Amino acid sequence: MPVPGGTATAHSTVTESPVITTTGLTKVYRSRGREVTALDGVDLHVREGEVYGVVGQSGAGKSTLIRCVNLLERPSSGTVTVNGQDLTALAGRGPRANAGLRKARSHIGMVFQHFNLLSSRTVQANVELPLEILGLSGKERSRKALELLDLVGLADKAKAYPGQLSGGQKQRVGIARALAGDPKVLLSDESTSALDPETTRSILQLLRDLNQQLGLTVLLITHEMDVVKTICDSAALMKGGRVVESGTVSELLATPGSELAAELFPVGGEPSGPDRTVVDVTFHGDAATQPVISQLSRTYNIDISILGAAMDTVAGKQVGRMRIELPGRFEENVVPIGFLREQGLQVEVAPHGETASATVPSPAPADALLKEGAK
Amino acid sequence: MTWSEMQPLLHDACLDTLFMVWWSAVYSVIGGVPLGILLVLTDRGALLQNVVVNRVIGTIVNLGRSLPFIILIVWLIPLSRAIVGTSIGPSAAVVALVIGAVPFFARLVETAVREVDKGLVEAAQSMGGGTWTVVFKVLLPQALPSLIAGLTTTVIALIGYSAMAGAVGGGGLGNLAITYGYMRHETGLMNITIVLLIVIVTVVQFAGDLAVRRLARRGGAQAAAVGLRRLWAPSVKPAAPAPTPEPATNEAVALTETR
Repeated sequence: MPVPGGTATAHSTVTESPVITTTGLTKVYRSRGREVTALDGVDLHVREGEVYGVVGQSGAGKSTLIRCVNLLERPSSGTVTVNGQDLTALAGRGPRANAGLRKARSHIGMVFQHFNLLSSRTVQANVELPLEILGLSGKERSRKALELLDLVGLADKAKAYPGQLSGGQKQRVGIARALAGDPKVLLSDESTSALDPETTRSILQLLRDLNQQLGLTVLLITHEMDVVKTICDSAALMKGGRVVESGTVSELLATPGSELAAELFPVGGEPSGPDRTVVDVTFHGDAATQPVISQLSRTYNIDISILGAAMDTVAGKQVGRMRIELPGRFEENVVPIGFLREQGLQVEVAPHGETASATVPSPAPADALLKEGAK
Repeated sequence: MTWSEMQPLLHDACLDTLFMVWWSAVYSVIGGVPLGILLVLTDRGALLQNVVVNRVIGTIVNLGRSLPFIILIVWLIPLSRAIVGTSIGPSAAVVALVIGAVPFFARLVETAVREVDKGLVEAAQSMGGGTWTVVFKVLLPQALPSLIAGLTTTVIALIGYSAMAGAVGGGGLGNLAITYGYMRHETGLMNITIVLLIVIVTVVQFAGDLAVRRLARRGGAQAAAVGLRRLWAPSVKPAAPAPTPEPATNEAVALTETR
């Protein structure tokens, strides 16, 4: 792959200015007298230069959400602002896309799960299609298309037809095509869901590189937690048409009872007997590199068993969660737990005898988180 | 009847048939393609959703298709006279042939265009493309193999219709077969016209298939893979990675040919 800067660097392009904002976005489908609410008041804030992941089960409304961002789907109510332009106001009331909306769309790239390449056109002609819509001359189109194909590492496939490419190559063409209008924003609708794990990684790497090099803001929806873990700066969890949690990945990890954090770093394990205290510890930032567990063991002279653990690198930072077991009831372990908190770790004590349900938070903290995340 | 007597008759009749088929095919394309596309575009939930227009076009097309051609051609005699100035001869027959073939081809166009993946339309829209772009850069090019297959079917139907036009004085091979072969019991001439018709139909079918195969070869593998994937797992969203090591043209052609 000729793209330089192959590894995700710690350098962040994220700024505080919002580039995609939705407020109170609602979409209701009516068919034969029945109403289905696909989106139920979604507020989304995507900052410039970040990779923002929306996760959720199928049917949670993520697909409707991303299609509402470029108004492929007209929201029933609420507003969508992209690059400071209120698209919902721009589009007006009619069902057809007017010139203003079409112009705005040409500067919002979109990548699809099934690539949606024209089988009747060569790879180069596929990338040229958005440039034809923009009205560029033949020579300019060809120059720009080859440039973009080079950027995604497919310069040698310009004359091939999509039918002759592998899934990963097709998606690279899809990405090159999405970049043709020099977008600031790239929407990715399950762009890696039809790909095998290795190809998924290379496509995510490409998206990350583009994000770093071009300062491209990426809004992606996925049902794969690994995608969020690999490239997202921020994430939102959707359920039943609502965003139930949102924030930067480190914020989410630092939030007690966060469902996303638990999904990203699932830790399991039952206590080995009664009179034990089970503690979930979340490491992130500097604390992740400290040998806290062995310090704890030495300082208080207690035996610690690890029931489950998950460590990974999220957006270039090491984070992880660990479920440990301390001997004795909670009352006897107040001091060691206090020690862990002092080290800057996020500590949650699993309720006695209910460890299995400890990873599933009650609705109350999730609501609290929603408010926090919305800030 | 000797060959030297038959030869000029056959020559003229052949030219008349080709004249009728060629011009009625040309006008069928001019009329059928826009109608077929309009049927798709004005459908519920489509780009130019318009229930009234959709119903009106749909009704006209159904009306045209439900009339037996032999009745249509007689019924249209006044129209033929108004347009080409006469109600007999190949030119007059073309009017009736076009009226008969346009609805037929429009339905085939509709089916072909409807088969274009909605995702492609969406992709064009996401790039800022309008209806015009969607029709001329996505729908028509993507449906081209199916359109050509549909046109082949239409032309062959027109050859059959043109023979019927002969019955009411339209000229052509059909006319020859009826006036000489049937009314004068010239079995030899009748057999020759039948062979000629078979040859014409075979040549048209072969040319159409060749064109479809040529077009399918370039991007056929993807279209076939998508179609089959839908067939097998319609409800599964995260589809398996599409294995497309080489263009599987045979599959694609098989799909288009079954139409």
